Amino acid sequence: MSHLATAQPAMPHPDLDPLSAPPFPKAALPILRNPQLRHNVAHAIDVIQAKRAKLVTEKADWQELRSAASAIRAQALENLGAYLEEFETRCTAAGGTVHWAADAAEARQTILDLLRQENASEVIKIKTMTSAEIQLNPFLEAAGVSVFETDLAEIILQLGDDEPSHIVVPALHVNRSQVREIFARRMGLKDLSDDPHALTAAARTYLRQKFLNIPTAIGGANFLVAETGSVAVVESEGNGRMCLTLPRTMITLAGIEKVLPRFQDLEVMLQVLARSATGERMNPYTSLWTGVTPGDGPQRFHVVLLDNGRSSILSRTKERQTLKCIRCAACMNACPVYRQTGGHAYGSVYPGPIGAILTPQLMQMHHAQSLPFASSLCGACYEVCPVKINIPEVLLELRAQVVNQERHQFARLLDPMYLGMKIANLLFQKAWRFHLAQRLGRIGARLFTQRDGWIHSLPSIGAKWTQTRDLRALSSQTFHEWWAARKGEAK
Amino acid sequence: MRASLFITCYNDTLFPETGRAVVSLLERLGVSLDFHPKQTCCGQMHANTGFRGEAFSQAKRLVRLYQEAETVVIPSSSCVAMIRDQYPGLFEELGNESLRREFAALLPRVYELSEFLIDRLGVEDVGATFPHRVTYHASCHGVRALHLGDRPYRLLRKVRSLTQMPLPNVDRCCGFGGTFSVKNAEVSSAMLAVKLEDIVATGAEYCTALDNSCLMHLGGAMHRQYVGMKTIHLAEILASTEASPAEATV
Repeated sequence: MSHLATAQPAMPHPDLDPLSAPPFPKAALPILRNPQLRHNVAHAIDVIQAKRAKLVTEKADWQELRSAASAIRAQALENLGAYLEEFETRCTAAGGTVHWAADAAEARQTILDLLRQENASEVIKIKTMTSAEIQLNPFLEAAGVSVFETDLAEIILQLGDDEPSHIVVPALHVNRSQVREIFARRMGLKDLSDDPHALTAAARTYLRQKFLNIPTAIGGANFLVAETGSVAVVESEGNGRMCLTLPRTMITLAGIEKVLPRFQDLEVMLQVLARSATGERMNPYTSLWTGVTPGDGPQRFHVVLLDNGRSSILSRTKERQTLKCIRCAACMNACPVYRQTGGHAYGSVYPGPIGAILTPQLMQMHHAQSLPFASSLCGACYEVCPVKINIPEVLLELRAQVVNQERHQFARLLDPMYLGMKIANLLFQKAWRFHLAQRLGRIGARLFTQRDGWIHSLPSIGAKWTQTRDLRALSSQTFHEWWAARKGEAK
Repeated sequence: MRASLFITCYNDTLFPETGRAVVSLLERLGVSLDFHPKQTCCGQMHANTGFRGEAFSQAKRLVRLYQEAETVVIPSSSCVAMIRDQYPGLFEELGNESLRREFAALLPRVYELSEFLIDRLGVEDVGATFPHRVTYHASCHGVRALHLGDRPYRLLRKVRSLTQMPLPNVDRCCGFGGTFSVKNAEVSSAMLAVKLEDIVATGAEYCTALDNSCLMHLGGAMHRQYVGMKTIHLAEILASTEASPAEATV
């Protein structure tokens, strides 16, 4: 091993299962101490952010496009059931088969059954975050099916035994020399250089063999079109196009929210998606297909429609907008929290602001309760969201739900945060109580105030502040005392 | 013109000099001010931490207290954002019709300080002198909730002897976020470190803003790290004149 590898503390393997992942503040700690990872993340999203900003500025009607995209997605969700049935009818008529899965387990089993029917012991995959959501790969591997990712970032993660940290560029936390190391080790290419051309050529050689030999593919969907029964996949590398043309059988896994009412809606959605996601006017590969076409592409086509908590989100008025998401990741690229931590701290395949609202809701608010608090509510996510999801509003709604779950728990009785909030509310209800607390606080704070007039260290929850920040001592006269004294003088 | 001040809980307790500066500035501009001694908090801390019931009772209290006010001036952008963005939802969910009516009547009369100066009083040159290099930190609520735009810069431009030092990544959060700064203290500190780097690189002597909450965060780190820069609320710069310069703070 090189000296660099030993100089850095060992990072724990990222846990992206909300059932077992540590809470956000804890998961963030080792990442904050990792200079390489933080540099990689900040650099990558700064580049994407700048590209996006440039392309959005050149589009004079960007705000109108956002409004149109938002309206299309809202309309789809208003009548989701009807649109899904329409999609099923059209897709079936065109020779596809539609399967419905209520949860992750059912979706995994459906896909495994389909693979068994195909006698498939190997499968190639287009990047799909939905398959990561249902933890499909480990399930298939355990059932004896070898899974091969074909998206470059996903190959890096699969070969590097790593997890995605972003939904559009899943390996953005990995840099070129780390990719070289992974490829050299796993592909047996001792002399591989970290020249991008060499790395791409290595991936190509690896992939070509998979594309030519494995006749079964699994992919996701960016959009489903109700009107025509079509599926749309957008990607940058052409690996998706290979998976959609060479194999005999294609299995598409899609969340039920992915449906659009009309084919024409793609006009708006593809414009906002490419600009928001990768800062491109048009994404390099847009594949659209409808059922099965004899002599062209996969001859057996299945769509697995996944609910997995989505219909419960749909039933809630304020939170429903979460499902408008088209997974462009503009929110995480704009997020100052994500910029520091990257995706792994979120303990979910969906990180960043959208992950902070989507993950706990997919878990029916039984897990990932730290995520709605993993935001400074700065609003940058809402500003860039191409479908106008008011993420801060949903974060606040979910925070209220978490507090309602916890506030009557015995363990929270002496929790300084809960106690402090209750006391603060009592004080704010009556001015005399507030003013008395100010006077008592002024006396109490003397214990902690240094000679320079600042507080350098506080106990309990205050220590969380003073671990990196001083606090100016309480003023000897509050504003309202000054005002009263001034009025007294005037009389 | 008459105006009522709302001096938010932490400004009253920790930054009384900001309130005093608002008084001296607005009185100099001929505004007749009053201040309701019973005011306490807008409810933002509770609302943002998930304590919606508590936030509602504080919000209701504020609306009732300021019912009669001709105009309400608030030198804190996040509190104004709380009133504009969160009160409607709280009152929709927990309030009754009469409260919603009272709030609807009050809302257009609520101004953040720079809005009040520029939109209501129509002044940019408030007659201030502040012979220092100053960088302006655009707080998230000021930028994205209130859309203050160039108002603060226009006010600063007219301050005599003041040199504005442009801040790169000006719309990036400082990491405060209320209880976020303690619930996620480490991530908040990492954000703060990045922000502070940008601020220090401007070479300014003072970092100003329209929100003391960001300034408490930034100023706390500046003091801890001996960066040789101070924070000052924009109201204090605007109140500062040659005859009575901004109060020296610790």
